[in-house]
Amino acid sequence: MTKIGVLGLQGAVREHVRSIESCGSEAIVIKKKEQLDEVDGLILPGGESTTMRRLIDKYDFFDALREFGQSGKPIFGTCAGLILLAGEIDGQKDAHLQLMDTKVKRNAFGRQKDSFEAEIDIKGIAENFNAVFIRAPYILEVGEGVEVLAVYQDKIVLAQDRHYLACAFHPELTDDNRLTRHFIQMVEESKKELATS
Amino acid sequence: MSKTGTDRVKRGMAEMQKGGVIMDVVNAEQAKIAEEAGAVAVMALERVPADIRAAGGVARMADPRIVEEVMNAVSIPVMAKARIGHIVEARVLESMGVDYIDESEVLTPADEVYHINKREFTVPFVCGCRNLGEAVRRIGEGASMLRTKGEPGTGNIVEAVRHMRKVQAQIREVVAMSDDELMVYAKENGAPYELLLEIKKEGRLPVVNFAAGGIATPADAALMMQLGADGVFVGSGIFKSSNPQKYARAIVEATTHYEDYELIAELSKDLGDAMPGIEMSTLAPEQRMQDRSQ
Repeated sequence: MTKIGVLGLQGAVREHVRSIESCGSEAIVIKKKEQLDEVDGLILPGGESTTMRRLIDKYDFFDALREFGQSGKPIFGTCAGLILLAGEIDGQKDAHLQLMDTKVKRNAFGRQKDSFEAEIDIKGIAENFNAVFIRAPYILEVGEGVEVLAVYQDKIVLAQDRHYLACAFHPELTDDNRLTRHFIQMVEESKKELATS
Repeated sequence: MSKTGTDRVKRGMAEMQKGGVIMDVVNAEQAKIAEEAGAVAVMALERVPADIRAAGGVARMADPRIVEEVMNAVSIPVMAKARIGHIVEARVLESMGVDYIDESEVLTPADEVYHINKREFTVPFVCGCRNLGEAVRRIGEGASMLRTKGEPGTGNIVEAVRHMRKVQAQIREVVAMSDDELMVYAKENGAPYELLLEIKKEGRLPVVNFAAGGIATPADAALMMQLGADGVFVGSGIFKSSNPQKYARAIVEATTHYEDYELIAELSKDLGDAMPGIEMSTLAPEQRMQDRSQ
């Protein structure tokens, strides 16, 4: 069975686990970097990106996460995860994992009172997808080769760069598992490729 | 069309805080220390609960200037407290763009009968509870997040433990009940029946439940997580300790790795003095903040 890890340092871990399991895959909560060896793909959940980064540094996760991605295993970042994956963060000197060729803006849709849900279309994956945006970031710019999969009010809210996927909203907060299923397909394909290479 | 202030958006915000520590701060400098230590949010207030307790008199919403200063200082969410039933304090905080309001028994209640109808607000609310009835009444009024009341400003974990154990035990009771028994339980506990049905079906509360009121050490925070808390609020425990930076970091780590005892031992070393504690039996009934609302 395909095993998907969910980085379990802080945030909406349980919801992603539920979503992965509803898609028929096995979910593993990752609290120690050694556990990364057990999984075929990884989800960086929503939460507070500054808190997660501090815990990533503290527990020596930083290089392990980068190596995980560079080995070709897919990573899906939601909200805070999108920020962790970005190559560049607007207004901040240092970005985090820098695995995706994206420039992002934190809390770009505003504070909590501006948080919202809206129906969006996801290219080739889902129409009328109820997306929940909470103090959400968005992607300002993408590099060549990055596919923009969804926009909302002209802002990029979902993009895929090779085996990396990042969204500004929270697919784990609804029962609509279409996007999670897409990620699991990415993981299954990479598993086959990595096995034959 | 986009919708703001929905249950999903309000409750979802609290879901993102899970596994984290929310710290009380009284100025921008403390807010930055909290953010740097890995807090998932800060609670901006004029005095920490231990000082409110010491000062006596009427405790009100913080000066908006302090709240504003904290909001400008950090990028993590900022919460603030309004008095129980004080609709206008809550509206003022909402208008300032505060991310979450704590309708809190730490402040002197403005209304001894009614809580705020929180459904009418776009901003989400967190409220305190000592048992399932109280928890479910608050959810019924529109709270998007709960916390145990504990006994604020005491540095004594005993009441937070009592309340968390009580809520968890009552959830298990509800799960085991038949629907007809549940109606009587609803009546006896003053808990909305429909919400109890939902809890029975899901096996848990429909909103996040943090621990609060007496957490003073990393081990206290880890204990509350083990008892089923989704995260912790630390009020006086950090900035009333002898080394706030160290305490803040240690409590954050102990909350994440609450079952890693070697780690908790390591990060509890040489922390300096915890905040001074208060034994419950020395508190007069009128000094018990947890009994200020039902």
